[in-house]
Order: sequence, then C-alpha cells, then structure tokens
Amino acid sequence: MPEEKARYALESLFGPGVEGMVKHTPHADYLGIRVVEIGPRYAVMTLPYREEFVGDPARGVVFGGVITTLIDHASGLAVACSLPELVAIATIDLRVDYLRAAAPRKDLFVRSECYRHTKNVAFVRASAWEEDPNDPFAFCLATFMLGANRAGSPFPTGETHRGQSL
Amino acid sequence: MANPSNRTQSLLDGIPYARFLGVRVGGSKGHRELVLPFRKELIGNPVLPAIHGGVLGAFLELTAILCLLDAGVRDRIPKPINFSIDYLRIARPRDTHARAEIFKLGQRIANVHVVAWQTDPGKPVASGNGKFLW
Repeated sequence: MPEEKARYALESLFGPGVEGMVKHTPHADYLGIRVVEIGPRYAVMTLPYREEFVGDPARGVVFGGVITTLIDHASGLAVACSLPELVAIATIDLRVDYLRAAAPRKDLFVRSECYRHTKNVAFVRASAWEEDPNDPFAFCLATFMLGANRAGSPFPTGETHRGQSL
Repeated sequence: MANPSNRTQSLLDGIPYARFLGVRVGGSKGHRELVLPFRKELIGNPVLPAIHGGVLGAFLELTAILCLLDAGVRDRIPKPINFSIDYLRIARPRDTHARAEIFKLGQRIANVHVVAWQTDPGKPVASGNGKFLW
C-alpha cells in the first residue's frame, strides 16, 4: 500500500524522537516544537509553554500567531505524511479560527490532517488544544502547493532518502 | 507630547512575544509600519532559504493588533476571532516590513487588512485579514 510505505519511509525521518522535521527547521527548533506522533496523512506536534510566547499579559494567553506557527509546521508534516515521496511543500494559505482563549501556562498540541491532495495542491485541516483533544481552542484550514520548488526542497526526494538519516 | 512611534514601541514592549521576535516600529511620514528584523532563528526552509511561514503569519497578526491598539480607542488587547494568511512570495532572509489598515471598525468587531513585504512594498510576501473582538 503506497500509504503505508509512505508512512514507514517518513517515520525514520520525522517520527517521534527523530525530530528531523524540527532540527532541519531552525525556527521550529528555536521555539521548541516537538513531534508527538505521525501516521498516514496526519501529524501531531507540541509546543512546550514558555513565557516568551505570551501575547496578552493581562490574560496570560499565548499569542495567536505562535499557534499559527505550530499549525503551519504540523500541517506541512501531515502533507509529507500523505505523499508517497517527499517533495517541496509551500503554504498557499492558512486560516485559523480562535474558538476560545488557550488556557494560560499550558503546553500546546496540534493535530493536522491532510484530508485530500491532488497532483499540485494539498488540503489540510488542523485543531489545537492544551488538555483535551476534544475541546480544541483553535481550528484551521490550509492549502499547500506541492513540488513548489523542486530544487529548493529541504529534504531529499525520491527513493534515496529511505533508510538514511537526515 | 509623546511621540506616536514611542507609544507604539511601548505597546509592543508590553507583549512578550513581540519582544521575543524583536519586532520594532519603523516607517516614516505617517506611514507607520512594523519591522521583523531578520535573524537565522526565523528560518523555516534552510535550503531556499526562507523565513518560516508561521512566524510570518504571527508577524502579520501582531501588526493587525498593534494597528488596533494604535487607534487608541480602547486599551485592552483585541481578541482574535480568526486570522487568514495568503502566502505570496518566498520570504528571503532579510528584514520584513508590515503595514495594517483597519478596513472596518464596527461596534464590536474590527476587520483589519495587513500586508508584509521585504525590499519592495509593491511586491508583498504575504497578506493577512483578521477579525477581532475589540
């Protein structure tokens, strides 16, 4: 099954504890984003709380844009987890609905799912929560261009990456 | 009389995440803008290289919020309802500028448009639209 193949190919690159998706991305590493779980078409990532991320000191709430970064990152990984081989992925657009304020001083989690992709475009939905995945504080829809700049991919493409570490 | 730029800067300094990113006030001649100074920690794609789309989105949202605070009608930080970002060009490893415009200021909801560019305001790297309870 191509899907399963993709999953296992990616697990060696991006699975929990491997952190390829993070270490190859200076900004994700800088924020402290970590992979929690990946599987066919989805990825779960976390951002441990830091005081520097606060956007509204009166409410102690993390700045919305920080959540955007976590969502964008997890969504890129979800797209990668839906493809049989790695190609360059570029965000076309992204919209976040803030359903409620995130609870103060909590680690944040995002689960992104690539629910559909064509040859050129991938469609992703994502939700963010701090304690209960069934009680999200944000929801997101995003689209990604595939093979956006083949020469500019941060990742090796095709078969050659399998079994190699980044 | 307080310099409006200083006021905006002190509003920025009151937001920990803005300090974390090192965002500062720029622009001139009444065209207030925010500047996201480049540093290597902002990179999302080291091969291109390009600034991370997420931090660019965050910078747009920050610019929208500052624009509302700057309007000075209310003091509290507006609560975002949603924020939508279009990525238009690769954001290269250099300073990024952003300018916001209040498109509609309703009784409860503000609709704000934001655009970000690097060297040429006519070639935006990203644009955003946010709705806020303010």
